[in-house]
Amino acid sequence: MSKDERFRQKKQEWEAGTLKKVIDRSPERKAEFTTGSWLPSERVALPESGDFDDYNEKIGFPGEYPFTRGVQPTMYRGRFWTMRQYAGFGTAEESNERYKYLLNQGQTGLSIAFDLPTQIGYDSDDPHAEGEIGKVGVAIDTIKDMEILFDGIPMDKVSTSMTINAPAAVLLAMYIAVAEKQGVPRSKLIGTIQNDILKEYMARGTYIFPPKPSLRLITNIFEYCSAEVPKWNTISISGYHIREAGSTAVQEVAFTLADGIEYVNAALKVGMDIDSFAGRLSFFFNAHSDLLEEVAKFRAARRIWAKIMKEKFHAQKPKSMMLRFHTQTAGSTLTAQQPDNNIVRVAIQTLAAVMGGTQSLHTNSRDEALSLPTEESVRIALRTQQIVAHESGITNTVDPLAGSFYVENLTDKIEKEVWNYLNKIEGMGGMVHAIENGYVQKEIQDAAYRYQQEVERAERIIVGVNKFTIKENAPGGLLKVNPKLQEIQVEKLSRIKKQRNSDIVQNRLSALGVAAKDPDKNLMPFILDAVKDYASLGEICNVLRAEFGEYQESIVL
Amino acid sequence: MNKNIRILIAKPGLDGHDRGAKYVARALKDAGYEVIYTGIRQTPEAIVKTAIQEDVDFVGLSLLSGAHNELFPRIVNLLREKGAGDIIVFGGGVIPESDIPSLKEKGIRAIFTPGTPIKDITDFIETVK
Repeated sequence: MSKDERFRQKKQEWEAGTLKKVIDRSPERKAEFTTGSWLPSERVALPESGDFDDYNEKIGFPGEYPFTRGVQPTMYRGRFWTMRQYAGFGTAEESNERYKYLLNQGQTGLSIAFDLPTQIGYDSDDPHAEGEIGKVGVAIDTIKDMEILFDGIPMDKVSTSMTINAPAAVLLAMYIAVAEKQGVPRSKLIGTIQNDILKEYMARGTYIFPPKPSLRLITNIFEYCSAEVPKWNTISISGYHIREAGSTAVQEVAFTLADGIEYVNAALKVGMDIDSFAGRLSFFFNAHSDLLEEVAKFRAARRIWAKIMKEKFHAQKPKSMMLRFHTQTAGSTLTAQQPDNNIVRVAIQTLAAVMGGTQSLHTNSRDEALSLPTEESVRIALRTQQIVAHESGITNTVDPLAGSFYVENLTDKIEKEVWNYLNKIEGMGGMVHAIENGYVQKEIQDAAYRYQQEVERAERIIVGVNKFTIKENAPGGLLKVNPKLQEIQVEKLSRIKKQRNSDIVQNRLSALGVAAKDPDKNLMPFILDAVKDYASLGEICNVLRAEFGEYQESIVL
Repeated sequence: MNKNIRILIAKPGLDGHDRGAKYVARALKDAGYEVIYTGIRQTPEAIVKTAIQEDVDFVGLSLLSGAHNELFPRIVNLLREKGAGDIIVFGGGVIPESDIPSLKEKGIRAIFTPGTPIKDITDFIETVK
């Protein structure tokens, strides 16, 4: 068979197989897709000449290995990505109102931001929580707060993403318990917990326990969910924060996938079968303004992960090889100067995410270099996604930049650089070692320093910051978090502590402590029992702190 | 430039965003100052203790979580209580313009918001010292 014939055959196989299966199940949004001048928009534009074998191997067909062109055969012709704005502040009551507003505005999934005490497992009455309560997200102390947070929101319909890592098991347990109170069984729950501790050590900072017990909690969640909450994405392996900390696009992909490898290894080590959990792994990337490099980055990431899963871990199911990801536009590119310019930056970054094939997207608001976003700013950010979805035309064809000499070349280059890092990290004994010896932090910091020096020397132009500056008045109309919040939240917690049955709570907590000592025990059921009886997040984490100890940052400068 | 100036760069509170703090620490070091960096998630008490032990001239605080109105003044007050009120405190991070006057009244000598060139910080150090 000639190369031509092989290619035509491959195409027919894809149409009759992968494509047909999906279209039969979920038809495309429209019967016909056209450009603005009514020319037909091809579903998947393919090469007409050239080295088809090379194309098949490196690029292939969407919805098929190596998934360079996307994880679904029809991508956004089938349905748009999930528009999911990360939100939460103050009390559960206030956040509940913001979520209802966002759902009314056409948002299609929720994304919960927790305050820092919640993320680090401190109750609102803990001295460490001083000044931080409700500031960057909602404060959750007990299941009572979670009930209020989801009041009037149908948990069987909405998909929920929770940015929670070190105490992910506790918040997931609360979510399951509240859903059951709403009459929704856990088997129906759809959503994601971030649950990615490794990037906390190198970039984001909300760790509690050292790596080993943290990895145990993560694999406990994998095992529990694969049996009990089968539709739940048990981890969102995140490059977002690595990039925000100043890494390059290449480092973002490399360190994220290296984390992924570490989690897979941890799950295999406790005896799980690769195909029983790999399909529930999801990823989270950043979208910056260097449009074409970003598109290439997403495409390369998909291809590399598919290879890792197939060749290194011998996954059998295609689902296990798919890198599905959430994207957020780049907070670090937002400027406090001339903040309305940020709307344009976010629009470019939205294009990057969509042309890169994201499964869901958060667009940042223009005022986030100044404070939490106002309702108006959040609406503009959501509208940006809706404009790209409905007006730009890039959603009418799959992977529109495939075949561009520049983009394919860049995709290959990024892939090569990423493999270099992955091999190096493997040589160090894996990501835990690479973090503990400070290697990863140093790489990120060097890139961050170099970038900032270029900005300082105006070799890199940031509009409104080091060029095209104007004299500005302080912007008004910023969102303020209620300063009385700490009092309100502490008062609420002390009321619950008085009302609950404290003997039962003590029993639940000591049972958890005993189970924590036995590394073969899955802690999820113990945590679930504890939250149902109103044990607080801080109490549960303190039991685990006593057993597991706390992580100490290795400072690299 | 006075090269014997010692500066502590510190991250109070629970906020883990350390890109800015690390950049400023490294850039000040490159400018010739002696710089100590605390790492993230430090209590005000721990920061004050380090500042006194290390006998620094300046404490630079970085915070992006919005807890600056509570934590920055607390550090100034603790320094004064420990008889180290001569240590100059400055800050940076995501801090709304409208919060700056009251922070200055409470003894934080300067606030550097996002996009500030490092030269503004070195100029400040050289002017007040």
